Amino acid sequence: MINEKTIIAGFGGQGVMLMGQLLSFAATEKDINTLWFPSYGPETRGGTANCSVTISDEHVNSPVISTPDTIIIMNKPSLAKFQPKLKVNGICLVNSSLVKDEEYRDDIRVYEVDANNIAKELGNLKVANMVMLGAYLALTKVFTEDEVLGILKKKFTGSKAKLIEINKYALEAGRKAVL
Amino acid sequence: MAKVLMKGNEAMALAAIKAGLDAFYGYPITPQNELPEYLSKQMPLHGRAFVQAESEVAAINMVYGAAGAGARVMTSSSSPGIALKQEGLTYIAGAELPAVIINVMRGGPGLGGIQPSQADYKQITRGGGNGDYYLYSLAPESLQEAVDLIKESFDIADYFRNPVMIAVDGLIGQMMEPVDFEREVPKWDLKPKTWAADGNRKNRKKNIINSLYLDPNDLENHNLKLKAKYDEMRDKHQRYEMINMENAEIVIVAFGSTSRISRTAIELLKEEGINCGIIRPITIYPFPQNAFNEIPESVKNILVVEMNLGQMVDDVKLHVQGRLPVHFYGRVGGIVPEAEEISDQVKKIVGGTYE
Repeated sequence: MINEKTIIAGFGGQGVMLMGQLLSFAATEKDINTLWFPSYGPETRGGTANCSVTISDEHVNSPVISTPDTIIIMNKPSLAKFQPKLKVNGICLVNSSLVKDEEYRDDIRVYEVDANNIAKELGNLKVANMVMLGAYLALTKVFTEDEVLGILKKKFTGSKAKLIEINKYALEAGRKAVL
Repeated sequence: MAKVLMKGNEAMALAAIKAGLDAFYGYPITPQNELPEYLSKQMPLHGRAFVQAESEVAAINMVYGAAGAGARVMTSSSSPGIALKQEGLTYIAGAELPAVIINVMRGGPGLGGIQPSQADYKQITRGGGNGDYYLYSLAPESLQEAVDLIKESFDIADYFRNPVMIAVDGLIGQMMEPVDFEREVPKWDLKPKTWAADGNRKNRKKNIINSLYLDPNDLENHNLKLKAKYDEMRDKHQRYEMINMENAEIVIVAFGSTSRISRTAIELLKEEGINCGIIRPITIYPFPQNAFNEIPESVKNILVVEMNLGQMVDDVKLHVQGRLPVHFYGRVGGIVPEAEEISDQVKKIVGGTYE
C-alpha cells in the first residue's frame, strides 16, 4: 500500500523538477498512480522552484499537496516555506551543504545530507540532486535504486549514456549518507 | 496499451494528432508553450501542417481559412492570447466552421500572471466575441479526461459545425500524469463536408464561406439556425458528474482542477462526519442545468468553488432559482486553493457561521 506525498524544493538549475519526474516515471513503469506538479516563476535558472509528487495505489485527487509526508529541501528559502507544512513525524531531507544551522520542528525526522560536497567528490556537482534522491529512496523505500536507474537508462541515451554511472554512484552515496 | 507519463500540454497535443488533426496554427504564450512545441516537432513527421503565426490574430484567421477548406484544425493559447482570438472565433462560429481551441487559462485581467486560473469562464461560456453565438466548451479535470475529450472534440466540432473550446487551467497544462491514449471515445455520426471550399468544383455548385448577411431577414434566419444548434447542445449534450450525492447535506459545484481538489476536500469532510457531494460540470457550455434538478432533498446548501472571483456561481444561482442558498469560495492571482481551505468553507456553512 503506497500513498506517498513529497514536495521537492530548491533553486532552478538544481534538478529539482527532474528528481520529481523520475519518481513519477518509476511509478508509471509499475502501473502505480502518480501526479507530478511543478511550481516555478518565469525565470528558469536561479529562481525558486518546487514540484509536488504524489504516488499512490489509489486514485490521485488534489494535485496540490497541503501536508507532505516528505520534503526534500535543496536550499535555505525552501526550508522556511515547506517545513511548516510537513506532517507530524514526516521526513525532512535537507541538503546541508547549503542549509546550515537551521531550527527544526521537534515533531519531524530531519536527515542532513552534504549533497553538494558528496557530488563534487564524485566529480560532478550536478548530481547533488541524485545524492538527495538516493537518500530519499533509502528512507522511504518507495522504489529501489535500480528502478530509478532503469528510468535514467531510458532517458540518457547516445552521448548522455556515459552519465548513468555517476548517477548510480550518486544514488548509492545518498543512501550511505542516511543509513 | 501501457499508460504513458506526459506533461498535460504535450498529452493534449498528442491527443489532437490521434484525432486526425490536419493543421495547427498558434502563437507562443505561457503556460501552454509545450503544446505547440510538441506539435512543431510531431506534425511534420505525420505529414501535417504546423505554423507558428506572426500573432494570435493571424493564427486564428489561419484556423478560419483551413477550417473553411474542410481541414481538421486547432489552435491553442492562454487567456490573453485567447482574448486576441475572439474576433476570429466569432467569424468561425458565424460561418459555421468546425475548429478546436485549447485555452490553458492563466490569471488576468490584462497580462495578469502565468499561474493557473479559471477566470475566463464568462468569456468562454458567453461566446466571447460579438454577436449571438456560443462555443461548445469542455472542462476536463485530469489528463486522461483531457485526452479523451480532445479526441472526441473534433467530432463534436464537425457535427455541430461550430468551434469547440477545451477549457483547462495552467495546472492541467503543466502537470504530469499517466495517460492511456488508446481508450475508446464516442464516435459521432458525421456527414461529408460538402460545404467546404476545398477547390474541388467538379460535381457541385460554388461553396462560399461567409458570416455577412446584409438582409435583416437572412441574418435573422441565420441567427435562428445557429440557435437551433445551441438548443440541441443544451437539450442533448450537457455533460456532468455527480459525486457522493446520496444523503449529502451540502454540495460543492466545481469544474476542472478545482473539482479535483474538492474530491480531496470531501474525503477530509467524511472523516469529520460531514456528507458533502460534488456536481462537476464537464461541459461549461452548455451549462449542465439538468444536474440541479437531480439534487436530493437532503441537500441544504450549495458552495461554488472557482479559481476566480465568482463567475460560474451566477449560472448556478440561475438554475437553482432560489431553492437553496448558494455560497461562493474562490482564489485568484494564480493561487490554487488547498483541499483544507475548501473543507473549512463547507464546515463554516454547515455550522451556520458562514458570512
